[in-house]
Amino acid sequence: MQLVDLTKHFGKVKALDGLTLDIAQGELVALLGPSGCGKTTALRSLAGLQELDRGQMIVDGKDVTFQNANKRGMGMVFQAYSLFPHLTAGENVEYGLKLRAHKASADKRKHRSTELLEIVGLSTHRNHYPHQLSGGQQQRIALARALAISPKVLLLDEPLSALDAKVRTQLREEIRRIQLELGTTTLFVTHDQEEALSIADRVGVMRNGQLEQIAVPSELYDRPSTAFVAEFVGLTNPIQGKVSAGSIDILGGSLKVLPGSITSGTGIALVRPESIQVESNKSGEARIFSASFLGASCRLMITLSDGTRITAQMPSSESVGLVAGASVNVSVLDLPVFVKAVT
Amino acid sequence: MGAEPLKRTWKVQVWRRFIIGFVALYLIVPLYSMFDFSTKPFGLQDKGRNLRAWRIIPSQPDLGIAILRSLITAGIVMLLILFMVVPTVIWVQLKLPKLRRPLELLCLLPLAIPAIVIVVGIAPLYRWISINLTESPITLSGVYSMLVLPYTYRSLSAALDAVDIHTLAEAAQTLGASTFRMISGVIMPTIRTGIINGSFIAIALVLGEFTISNILNFKTFQVVIAQIGRSSGSVAVSVSLASILFVLVLLLLVPAHKRREEVLDVDLA
Ligand SMILES: Nc1ncnc2c1ncn2[C@@H]1O[C@H](COP(=O)(O)OP(=O)(O)O)[C@@H](O)[C@H]1O
Ligand SMILES: [Mg+2]
Repeated sequence: MQLVDLTKHFGKVKALDGLTLDIAQGELVALLGPSGCGKTTALRSLAGLQELDRGQMIVDGKDVTFQNANKRGMGMVFQAYSLFPHLTAGENVEYGLKLRAHKASADKRKHRSTELLEIVGLSTHRNHYPHQLSGGQQQRIALARALAISPKVLLLDEPLSALDAKVRTQLREEIRRIQLELGTTTLFVTHDQEEALSIADRVGVMRNGQLEQIAVPSELYDRPSTAFVAEFVGLTNPIQGKVSAGSIDILGGSLKVLPGSITSGTGIALVRPESIQVESNKSGEARIFSASFLGASCRLMITLSDGTRITAQMPSSESVGLVAGASVNVSVLDLPVFVKAVT
Repeated sequence: MGAEPLKRTWKVQVWRRFIIGFVALYLIVPLYSMFDFSTKPFGLQDKGRNLRAWRIIPSQPDLGIAILRSLITAGIVMLLILFMVVPTVIWVQLKLPKLRRPLELLCLLPLAIPAIVIVVGIAPLYRWISINLTESPITLSGVYSMLVLPYTYRSLSAALDAVDIHTLAEAAQTLGASTFRMISGVIMPTIRTGIINGSFIAIALVLGEFTISNILNFKTFQVVIAQIGRSSGSVAVSVSLASILFVLVLLLLVPAHKRREEVLDVDLA
């Protein structure tokens, strides 16, 4: 599937500004971005629910740009609950099958819906009406309904954002499992970076209707190509230093700068909390301001000698003796960092 | 500590009973009075109460045909609502949100304009219709379907506001539904309670309308009742009472329908 130069204005607002994206067969790509960056607009355009000002959409080598929504064969799960309230869960799943041109027989439909209800783990809820289901169950049925028509592409628009944290993590893993099982090409939209990083093959970070960077999750995290990506995905410590010859000097170390960073003068390195090394030292110049225990890991707020405050994170097992008020030495791991200009 | 809320609920209980009782009286006393009046001894030959006024209802000239006409008119109004008003309101809500306010205003207009003014306005039209097309009172369904707009519109828009029809519509479309199937197969069933409510109110209104049909000289149910009233008060009252009860039963059917649905849901749970 290819999206080329998708552009859409709403009055003066540029919701999509030349979005270009390739998705391979069977791949799960997550679009990540702050609210209002055009994620929903992109999905709705792809589903044919929204006309574009400009751009082209190609699915399986066929140009679908001007195809009606009801002919595109894209399954969509919405952010809002969207089950048809007058139909049972089973009937909802069968709805799309009933509309197919070569209508499947009632037996075949029933067989297919049973299969999908099983996949989403709700076969016992076939005869329940939507108002008798919890939010998470409703979204599962919505997923089953979208998958029932064997869609060319599955579009998920923040399907988990209305659910509480526990259900959310559980369901996102289930979505990934089902997607891998069925091999459905999927575009998953979210503003939650953890969600995107944890289930996607590749994550695209969007900003103001454009794709800032698209990469596999680890690369996106370790090698951001813009300051926006570095700061939006994960936590960063802004630390000022001098840049020269492709390196920046901070915290007594010299780190390589990533492509896209500024190349000379004073810059701000965006350093991950895990890259900060903390060492207990009575005569250290830095001081631990606070320590918070997060289970497997531990997060420290550290005040440097010049008064700036940075965050360090490490496995809990390595945090012995690092308590609030302790004096420490701070250094930084030798990993490439992104450096942005001082503003 | 527990006494305070206890006392309050006790008071609430009393008030509730009092208000319900009062409203019941307010509704039942006139009905009972009508019944009382219709069974009073009539003339000198009658000894004591009797149901004569009720017994001669079927033999009233024009009455049967008038009831039939009014029912047919009501039926046509209902069809007009179902096939014109409902799709229009849905369409505007879905695709033309800018027209929502104007449409609402338009639909509420009949409330603001007195029936008598409406009659004066449309009388020439009906004169033309009766000369050139037909004299059938069923043509009244035209004005009536306009007259009931405020009530049907209200119940429809309330039902539409209660659900996220945009998302439902889009879900149906991505699953392959044409616009027609989306509206008829998803949106209309979703708001069916609103459609049913609106239609029943419309029927009740049509069956009870007098001013317009009388002035336009159409012998509808209410007009014939008025006619009978001129010759025999007690018969007219008994017919009125019968019609009120009929409409009452009609309106009671609405919640009955809803209740059935809920019972069904609970069974499946
Ligand atoms: N139907 C619309 N009319 C006007 N503006 C819209 C409409 N839909 C979206 N927008 C605007 O387009 C921008 C992108 O919206 P959207 O795609 O919904 O963002 P996201 O889903 O990433 O939060 C926002 O600024 C939003 O206000
Ligand atoms: Mg959105």
